[in-house]
Amino acid sequence: MKLTLRIWRQASPEAKGKMQSYVLDDVEPDMSFLEMLDVLNEKLVIDGKDPVSFDHDCREGICGSCGMVINGNAHGPQQYTTTCQLHMRHFDDGDTIDIEPWRARAFPVVKDLVVDRSAFDEIIKSGGYISVNTGSAPEAHAIPVDKVSADDAFDAATCIGCGACVAACPNGSSMLFTAAKVTHLGLLPQGQPERQTRAINMLAKQDELDFGGCTNVGACHEVCPKGIPLASIAQLNHDVLGATLTGARSD
Amino acid sequence: MVITPQRNIVSRTWGTSVGKKTVIATTGAVFLLYVIAHMLGNLKVFFGIESFDAYAQHLREIGEAIFGYEGVLWILRVVLLASLVLHMWAAFSLWYKAKRARPVGYQHRQRWEGSYAARTMRWGGVIIFLFLVWHILDLTTGTVNPLGGDESAYMKLVASFDRWYVALFYVLAVVALGFHIRHGLWSAIQTFGANSALKQNALKTFAFVVAAAITIGFAIVPLSVMFGLVR
Repeated sequence: MKLTLRIWRQASPEAKGKMQSYVLDDVEPDMSFLEMLDVLNEKLVIDGKDPVSFDHDCREGICGSCGMVINGNAHGPQQYTTTCQLHMRHFDDGDTIDIEPWRARAFPVVKDLVVDRSAFDEIIKSGGYISVNTGSAPEAHAIPVDKVSADDAFDAATCIGCGACVAACPNGSSMLFTAAKVTHLGLLPQGQPERQTRAINMLAKQDELDFGGCTNVGACHEVCPKGIPLASIAQLNHDVLGATLTGARSD
Repeated sequence: MVITPQRNIVSRTWGTSVGKKTVIATTGAVFLLYVIAHMLGNLKVFFGIESFDAYAQHLREIGEAIFGYEGVLWILRVVLLASLVLHMWAAFSLWYKAKRARPVGYQHRQRWEGSYAARTMRWGGVIIFLFLVWHILDLTTGTVNPLGGDESAYMKLVASFDRWYVALFYVLAVVALGFHIRHGLWSAIQTFGANSALKQNALKTFAFVVAAAITIGFAIVPLSVMFGLVR
């Protein structure tokens, strides 16, 4: 396959970036998207040019490191798929592919396609946990969890924190990410003591970090590689509303 | 890490994006109930001038013994105006926040941008507001009505919609209102936390049906005047 790539190149956080075109002649349909970029980078290195920086780690769709907007689509055209698990067979010979980093004030570009997603860590630190004394694992049957809650909590827990929801949201909101964590912990018995304060604290942090507000457009769910349901956001809203009305506080 | 929450319920609500959305949803519910009653009232135009004008008069006399002439109407107007201010204030504040959240846009247009209704909530709302101003000047105060303010409500309505461009403007405005309700109603239910993965499609269908019924219920009046069914 012969492809024309238009890739966002930006040397540093302060530098002014631009789209740069590259032509690749020998792309195999069985390559993953990141392998294709590896091939491009090898060529660039041989030519003595600066290779394209992009984040990646596990390359098996579970770490959430990789992520780029491909032709206006976070993680590319295939649903429920991270960029590393996307294969070149989804593109045609002669295609032009636009590759851009996530765009959000809270995710500043570090270099080329690499963005700083520590804002997600800040949101997790503000309540995405349960406070228990660690030790040996408790007996599994000591705390019963009904099947539906266990399944829904697990679905929410599959969030890998890749940031595609923010990238796709017309409001630059991280609601789906925050909602996934609030849903995951809020549905389980272990998460109950901090349920309300978790919701308001995580939301307050998200607002503070300059993420936008949710307008229930649903773009986040469409691009989410894990298919986190849009209704998770209703769970977050529900807990926030309850906490707001009752004045829940954590100190 | 502990963030000290705001203690006062007003600042607790207004201080978060979800709180502001709750304000938009609540005031939106006030508008929705009002708009449904308004639409049902409008349909009295099909029962003739006496029925319609008697209804308009009755609105001024409801609860007169307690609230005085036009008392209930003025209470309603104040509630609606307060709701409008809150609705728009919260929406503009979130609009600004969303603009701030993405200082650098994408080169390639985003492929999935949501439904037309969801994408046009903000500008659609602005258009509905501009229509509202015209609508009050036309049919409430009569300032821009060919007959002026003191005529019978029925006559003012017919005189106004006899101008095809006014009727068309009205129809376009209620279509915009329909789109606003279609996304707004389901979105409000989601904001109140009543959505679930199983209910989502049903809620969206419900919002669509309500929006379609309201749009048709409103649009049928100017269309009937335009085509001479109501004289």
